[in-house]
Amino acid sequence: MKHIISILIENEAGALSRVAGLFSARGYNIESLTVAATEDATMSRMTIVTSGSDEVIEQIIKQLNKLIDVIKVLDLNDGKYIERELMLVKVKATPAFKDEMKRMSDIFRGRIIDVADGSYTIELTGSSTKLDAFLEAIDKTAIIETVRTGASGIGRGDRTLKI
Amino acid sequence: MASPAKNAKPNPVSAQTQSEGLNESHKKSTNHDISGAEIVIRCLNAEKVKFVFGYPGGAVLHIYDEIYKQNGFKHVLVRHEQAAVHAADAFSRATGEVGVALVTSGPGATNAITGIATAYMDSIPLVVISGQVPVPAIGLDAFQEVDMVGITRPCVKHNFLVKDVRDIAATIKKAFYIAATGRPGPVVVDIPKDITAQKTSFHYPETVELRSYSPVLKGHSGQIKKAVKLLLEAKRPMIYTGGGLVLGDGAPELVKLARTLGYPVTNTLMGLGGYPASDPQFVGMLGMHGTYEANTAMQNCDVLIAVGARFDDRVIGNPKHFLSQKRTIIHIDVDPSSISKRVKVDVPIVGHVQSVLAEMNEILALEMKESGKSTKPDIADWWKQINEWRKVHGGRYENSDLVIKPQYVIEKLCEVTKGDAYVTSDVGQHQMWAAQYYKFDKPRRWINSGGLGTMGVGLPYAMGCQFADKNAQVACVTGEGSIQMNIQELSTCAQYGLPIKVILLNNRYLGMVRQWQEFFYADRYAESYMDSLPDFVKLAESYGHVGMQITKPSDVEGALIEAFAKKDKFVFMDFITEQKENVFPMVENGRGISEMILGKDANGVEVRS
Repeated sequence: MKHIISILIENEAGALSRVAGLFSARGYNIESLTVAATEDATMSRMTIVTSGSDEVIEQIIKQLNKLIDVIKVLDLNDGKYIERELMLVKVKATPAFKDEMKRMSDIFRGRIIDVADGSYTIELTGSSTKLDAFLEAIDKTAIIETVRTGASGIGRGDRTLKI
Repeated sequence: MASPAKNAKPNPVSAQTQSEGLNESHKKSTNHDISGAEIVIRCLNAEKVKFVFGYPGGAVLHIYDEIYKQNGFKHVLVRHEQAAVHAADAFSRATGEVGVALVTSGPGATNAITGIATAYMDSIPLVVISGQVPVPAIGLDAFQEVDMVGITRPCVKHNFLVKDVRDIAATIKKAFYIAATGRPGPVVVDIPKDITAQKTSFHYPETVELRSYSPVLKGHSGQIKKAVKLLLEAKRPMIYTGGGLVLGDGAPELVKLARTLGYPVTNTLMGLGGYPASDPQFVGMLGMHGTYEANTAMQNCDVLIAVGARFDDRVIGNPKHFLSQKRTIIHIDVDPSSISKRVKVDVPIVGHVQSVLAEMNEILALEMKESGKSTKPDIADWWKQINEWRKVHGGRYENSDLVIKPQYVIEKLCEVTKGDAYVTSDVGQHQMWAAQYYKFDKPRRWINSGGLGTMGVGLPYAMGCQFADKNAQVACVTGEGSIQMNIQELSTCAQYGLPIKVILLNNRYLGMVRQWQEFFYADRYAESYMDSLPDFVKLAESYGHVGMQITKPSDVEGALIEAFAKKDKFVFMDFITEQKENVFPMVENGRGISEMILGKDANGVEVRS
C-alpha cells in the first residue's frame, strides 16, 4: 500500500543522503521525495511517498527514527491528510491540439503559464492521482515533456508535525 | 550542550547554529587560543580516553604533533589501520568504554572501513577520528582524498565532517555521547587538516543534548508487568539472550531473574558469557552451530523472553519453520527497530536491558510474594524433556590419539586458563569450536566478530584486550586463513610487549568454506586449500616472539601449560590439527533450527535429528 511519510530533519549537509541511503541500503521503495527548509531554517521537512506491507512501513518508520538527524517522523496515512503535487506539462499547441489542451487544462483547473510557437506549458496542482488522470485524459501524442515535484503532504486540522 | 552559558536557549540547536553564537568572541585569535589539533587532544583527555589506536599520515600530522607533546593517553601504533579500529573495538568490548581510533585521510580512512563496519554490526561504541584534506581542497580529487562521511554512512551510527575549528569540541562531545548511548555504535569524526591548524579558544561542553536524539532508557512498566505475568504462567519457558545483554551490562540482573525462576537460558554467539556457561540452567549456545537442546527448546517453548538479541538469520534459521510453533514472545531491546523486524513480538519492551531487568526482578519478587509462591515455578516436565535432549548430541566429538582434534585443543585451553581468559577469535570453524567448547562464565570475555564475520579480527582483538587488562590471560583462537589477514600485527605485539597467546588451529584449509563445499558442493574444494603456508614458528621468532608447533594430541596440554607459564612472552602456538573435521551440530541454510545435522556416521552419512 502507498504511504506518505513526513519527516522533520536537521537542515544539515548530508541529511538528505542519510535518508536516501537508508532507503536504498534496506531495499525500500521511494516513489517520490521532496525536501525544503521549514520556517525554522535549522530544520527541513521531507515528504516521501513509498509503498510496502504494514511490516515494511513499520520498519521504515523505525529506521528513520533511528537516524540521528531525524527529529520526527509521521505516517500521514495514519490519519486524515491533504496531499498536493505540482506538475508542469509542455504540450503541442498545433491547430489540431490547441483547443483540446485549453479545454482539458480548464477542466482540471490548470493554468497555461507559457505560450510559445506550437506549444503550451500547463501548470497543474492536485493529488498525484489527479495529475495521473490528466495525463491519461489528454492525447499522449500531444505531450512533449512533463515534470513533477513529487507529493507534499500535511495532516488535517490538529494533526501536526512540529517540535 | 555546546553553546556557552551566555547563549543558553530553551531548545538545543545544531552544531552549525551553535557556532554562530560563538562567532563574535572568537573572531580574533587571543593568547588563550589553541589549535584544532590540540583541541582534539584536550577533548580526548576530557573523555578520559586511555588508549588511542592509530596510524599517522599527512592529514593528521598536526594531531600527531600534539600527541607527541601530551601524556594524557597512550597512542598505540598499529601496522595497518584496519587493526587500529579492531583493537579499539576489542578494548571497548572488554571494558565497556568507548574505543578510539585515529587514521589519516584517503587510504588510511578506507583501510579503517572494515573495522568500522565490524563494530557497527555488533553495536560497539567507537569514536573514529579521520584526517581529511584541507577544506578548500575537498571535492577537487586532492591527494589522499576520499569522501569519508559518504563512504562510512551505511556502516556508522552517525558521522560528522567538521568544517570549522570552533565546532571540534562540541562535535567530539556529541560523538562520544552518540557512540555510547542507546544502541551503541561507531561514530566517525572527519577533520580536515587546515581545521586542525586553525586556532580558537577551548571549551569542552559538560553535557550534550540533541533534539533529534533521545534514547529510551526505562522500559514501560505496564509491559514489564505483563511480561512477568506471562513468565510465571509459562509451562515451557525459555530465556534467550544476546550481545545486547553483554553490552548493556545486564548480566547480573539476568542471572538473578533466571535463578529466581529456574528457567533454561541460551546465549547467542554474541551473548556468550551473559549467563555462566558452567551453570546447570545454561543449555548452551543456540543457532546454526548451537546445541541440540538449545535449538530444540527454543523451537518448542511456549513463552520466550529475548533479551538484547535480534532473532538473527543464523540464530532462528528459517523464520517460517520457527513461526510454525505457537509461542508468546517477550522482547527487551534498546533499539525499537530490532523489535518485530524478523519475528513478530507479543510483548515488546524498549529500554536499557539493565534497568528493564532490574525492574522485572522487583516486580517478580513482589508478584511471588503476593501470590504466596516462595519457590520457583514448577516446570519439572520441561526440564525433564530438555535433559533428554541434552543426551542427543551433548557436544560429543570423536577424539583421537593420532591427530589433534580442534575441539580438544579448546577444551584444554579452557582447563589451562581456568575458563578465565579473554578469548578472541577470527571467523570460521575455529570460531565455532571456541564458542562451543570454551566455557565462558563472565561477560566481556568472549570477543569475536559475530555480525559482520570479519576474518582477521583475532590478533588485533587480542591486542585490544591485552591493553584493556595488561595482566590478563589473552588467547587468540584463529585459523591459518584468518591469522594471515592481519599477521602484520605481530610487529605491534612485539613493540608493546603484549604477552598474547595465539592458538592457531591449523588444518591447512579454509575450514568453514571446505565444510560447506563438502556438504553442499559434493567435495569440490574450490580455492579452500591454504597452500604455501609460512613456517609460523620461524615467523613468530623473527619478530622476537616464541613459536611452538604441536603435532601430537599428547603434547597439547603440556604445550598450553608451558605457553601460559610464559607470562611476559607472546607465544604463537601452531597446532597441526585434523584436516577435515566438521563443526556439529549444524543447521543448513533454509532449515528450521531444530532440524539439525548431528554428525556423520562411520560411512560418512549425515545423522539428522
